[in-house]
Amino acid sequence: MGLDRFSQYVLTLVLSAILPISLFSTSTLAADAMSSAASETDSLAGPIEQAFIDIKSDDAALRTQAAAVLIEKGNASLISRLDEIRAEADRSVRQAIKPVIDLLKNHANLTSEQADTRRSAAADLVGTGRVEAITWLEEAAAKEQVWWVKYTMEESAQLIQLRSDEQAVKLSAIKKLGELRSQNGLSALKELLEAGTQSGATEQQRALADSAQTSIGQIDSWGWWAGSIETLFRGISLSSILLIMSLGLAIVFGLMGVINMAHGELMMVGAYATFITQQAFIAWFSPENFDWYFPAALPVAFLSAALFGLVLEATVIRFLYGRLLETLLATWGVSLILMQAARVYFGDLTAVIAPQALRGGAQVMIGVYLPYNRIFIIILSIVCVLGIYFLLFRSNLGVRVRAVTQNRNMSACLGIPTRKVDSYTFAFASGLAGIAGWALTMVGNVDPGLGQNYIVDAFMVVVTGGVGKLAGTIWASLGIGGLNKLIEPASGAVYGKVFILVGVILFLQWRPQGLFAAKGRNADA
Amino acid sequence: MTDDNLILHCENVVMDYDGFKALNNCNFSVRYNELRVVIGPNGAGKTTLLDVICGKTRPTSGKVMFGKGTNLVGRNAEDITKLGVGRKFQAPSIYSNLSVWQNLDLSIKRASKGVFPTLMGKCSPAERARIEETLETIGLTDHAHDRAGSLSHGQKQWLEIGMVILQDPSLLLVDEPVAGMSDKETEQTGQLLTRLSEKQAIVVIEHDMDFVRQIANIVTVLAEGTVICEGTVETVQANDRVREIYLGRAKVAH
Amino acid sequence: MPEQVVSHQDSRETLLFYAVGILFLLVVPLLNVLPAEDSWLHISDFRLNQFGKFLAFAILALGLDLIWGYCGVLSMGQGVFFGFGAYCMGMYLTLQIGKESVYGSELPDFMVWTQVKELPLFWYPFKSFMGGFLGAILVPVLFATIFGFLAFRSRIKGVYFAIITQALAFAAWLVFNRNETRLGGTNGLTDFKQLLGYRLSDPSTQRGLYLITVIALIASYLLCRWIVASRAGKVLIAIRDSESRVTFSGYTPWMFKLFVFVVAAGLAGLAGMLYVPQVGIITPAQIGVLPSLEVVIWVAVGGRGTLIGAILGAVAVNYGRSILTNYFPEAWPFILGGLFVVVVTMFPDGLVGMIRKLTDRKKTPAPLIKAEGSTAA
Repeated sequence: MGLDRFSQYVLTLVLSAILPISLFSTSTLAADAMSSAASETDSLAGPIEQAFIDIKSDDAALRTQAAAVLIEKGNASLISRLDEIRAEADRSVRQAIKPVIDLLKNHANLTSEQADTRRSAAADLVGTGRVEAITWLEEAAAKEQVWWVKYTMEESAQLIQLRSDEQAVKLSAIKKLGELRSQNGLSALKELLEAGTQSGATEQQRALADSAQTSIGQIDSWGWWAGSIETLFRGISLSSILLIMSLGLAIVFGLMGVINMAHGELMMVGAYATFITQQAFIAWFSPENFDWYFPAALPVAFLSAALFGLVLEATVIRFLYGRLLETLLATWGVSLILMQAARVYFGDLTAVIAPQALRGGAQVMIGVYLPYNRIFIIILSIVCVLGIYFLLFRSNLGVRVRAVTQNRNMSACLGIPTRKVDSYTFAFASGLAGIAGWALTMVGNVDPGLGQNYIVDAFMVVVTGGVGKLAGTIWASLGIGGLNKLIEPASGAVYGKVFILVGVILFLQWRPQGLFAAKGRNADA
Repeated sequence: MTDDNLILHCENVVMDYDGFKALNNCNFSVRYNELRVVIGPNGAGKTTLLDVICGKTRPTSGKVMFGKGTNLVGRNAEDITKLGVGRKFQAPSIYSNLSVWQNLDLSIKRASKGVFPTLMGKCSPAERARIEETLETIGLTDHAHDRAGSLSHGQKQWLEIGMVILQDPSLLLVDEPVAGMSDKETEQTGQLLTRLSEKQAIVVIEHDMDFVRQIANIVTVLAEGTVICEGTVETVQANDRVREIYLGRAKVAH
Repeated sequence: MPEQVVSHQDSRETLLFYAVGILFLLVVPLLNVLPAEDSWLHISDFRLNQFGKFLAFAILALGLDLIWGYCGVLSMGQGVFFGFGAYCMGMYLTLQIGKESVYGSELPDFMVWTQVKELPLFWYPFKSFMGGFLGAILVPVLFATIFGFLAFRSRIKGVYFAIITQALAFAAWLVFNRNETRLGGTNGLTDFKQLLGYRLSDPSTQRGLYLITVIALIASYLLCRWIVASRAGKVLIAIRDSESRVTFSGYTPWMFKLFVFVVAAGLAGLAGMLYVPQVGIITPAQIGVLPSLEVVIWVAVGGRGTLIGAILGAVAVNYGRSILTNYFPEAWPFILGGLFVVVVTMFPDGLVGMIRKLTDRKKTPAPLIKAEGSTAA
């Protein structure tokens, strides 16, 4: 019986020795299965798994190596696992993982469907400074269709190469950046230039500096043009806002002899009408139809501002025809009332969400980015000018309006209902203000002071442009808007305004009646 | 072309309003102490001519010589007034919120009409006498302290004439003085102008042919910005071109 | 003076002026000092100080009335000249704070925050009272001379002038708000302690300032009256009625406009100078577009074209405001806006016009301003 007991004992020993091994082997198998499912390539499973272990190590060198492996071999699917690790890891591990995640994300984004995503991925890769990214960028650039995304990829690749240790690579990167007119490379190039011109600079540094200088020259001259074009664009964009505003002002001033200080507040009415339309869409329509609120708000804005205008004309302006200064004061009062009403009812700050189509912008050339909302306003102003031109000078209604302007009594004798013409003209001009407000929601907040921001400039446009000529208003708004943006970068917005005021006063020295004054023997009657 | 007897001599004056020539190479002269009447159809440039002389508008080209070799072109209206050109506008142009007396007091010729002399100035007895005399002349003595805006149309016309007289102009430009006046008032105005022309040169624009006949020695006919005829009333009325202009292009008489 | 068409009105206005003058010069201060604190007749120090502020505003209104009511030139930038005067006096008062400031530095507090190490040069003249006093008058006068010269000489008139002056108010507001202007930015100048050695917190100092303001107002009124009664005053009205006729009477209208514009600016500066020590603060909010426009409404409410109207309007509107903002703070812009509309459309002659109508039933009253001629092209 002693034997039996012995054999049982041995068996137990053997079994207990084997058990941990078998347990271990099952666990490896499971891990293998997991990683292969995730990474899709079985052959890589080994080094990546190793890297997942190493990256948690205490040894900094091991972590760095693991990160390199993950970056080189891994892809976006690893991100969720890395995030898990990061959530529990200590600071040094987190620091090792962070660039890995960034790189993998951006790498994946290089093939995204959204051009903007691809572009920003390419731009972000520069910050990591990893050599691996160069190949990715070059591969992506070769396949890229959108030129400015491709441009960013190439630029980013060169920017990374600029940090290389090899002189030849550096030199070629400098040259390439110059050829690309890379605005983003400017600061790095300037550092190189500075390093190369210091007294203790090596031969190599000096060679780099020489080459950097040429590239900086290329970039700067390009940058000047790009800057000028952007300034011009901003100027035109401000001008078109002023123009849409001043058109209504100029119509009531030129045709009816009314200075409407409440014009800015009628614009505010249009902006709030847009806001209310948006709220209505949010409340009553499904989210995928949300963007339609904006076109729907156009008639709402026009009509509500026109209605306000109609009431204003019937209750106040009607009594003041022919007394310019009085119209100015009375409408100022109206503007105060409307502004305060908006403040009490809507509070101080509300904003409208731009529809998808008006978000973002177009990169038209290197260093020139034009936001869609601004382009939209420019086009709108052109449409408004054309519309007014046809309405006033090419339609029957326009003939009547101008007839009443020129000789009220005669027009009345000819059977033109002058009262009606007056109130419709005023309502139409107010509606234009509504449209201006509608458009302005795309570039700024909707707040009670909306009109006040532009009214002084808009009046300067009317004064400078002269009365009764559409061309005067157009040129004056281009001049004042353009000058504003031209002066702004050099001396700030405030002094820009001061310069404009001085400019307008000096201009009126030369032409007291504005750009396009009405001439003739009744001109200054 | 310089004649010592001329107080006013306009030479090739052109006034171009965006392509419309209100005055087209207009030549026009007036002698000292002459009462000249200018007639012409609507839009002939009569008022524009006066505007150019008195400095209200600046001609596109040409010369306006006044007195002994002074070119009026390019001078501003108040300087021309000080040189001795007085202007009475077509629509009565008076200060309606001031009294008749104040209207005249502001208009009387003074050594200086700058801000500070005007601020300090008092009415001298001589000036007072002149104003009273003028009030008499224009028949407004009883209304001296009435608001000028409350006068009748004819009285306003006379007040403006009185204001211009007090400026002692050597050349008086009068634009349709009798428009809206009764026959009696018209006649009185005619007598007044005739009397004034003893001391100063006067240019009158008028449509009323009876009035023209009453006052005029020489009549100038203006059409389309140029002088087409000058002479006595009879000569002018007999002139073919004048008849053509007044009676239309269709040649009625022949 | 028999030739004065408005003589009977003038004498009545004089009477009204004497009444107002005695009220503010004698009655109000006596009611402040004599009755017991709890008497219903008693006027508190706070009220007295408030009236002092209103009377300073009345001086500002007189200036605007001169140029707008008489000459027909609407200036919407009077707040700027007021601000110049106020800031000049404010700079003097700021420098008088000395080491009593929060940081105990010789430099004004705001300069310490904004890391200004040395007093900017243009502050030096304001170390003395004479500097502050003369600056408060001369700076607005000089500025108005240059601005007015450019504007009037090129025959900018009517609404054009109004709009240009409004732009001036807007631009000045922007500039005064900037920190690099070295005038305290948005916070302006405040925390004043003393004036010529008198503590500003002392009620007797404030009483003194009140009396000085009343006397300054009377002097300003007499100056304006002298101008209005002179022949130049008639030229001003003549310009309003028919500017071209004035030219053909041999006057140069723009010089007269410039003259009253400069006088108005000087009065505005004086008002600003008196305002600052009584209110104890001056900020850019006092000189912007809206404050400049409020002056216009004071004059319109009081009755433009009469000097006493400007004074009455300034006091009445501001008194009304101080009471209303206590009870309905949000309602004031509505009321102000409503006043603009109602006065302009229905009561162009303002309070004085109404008083005149009530006391003048037997005769049809001559309107202060006739529509004819007051219209621009």
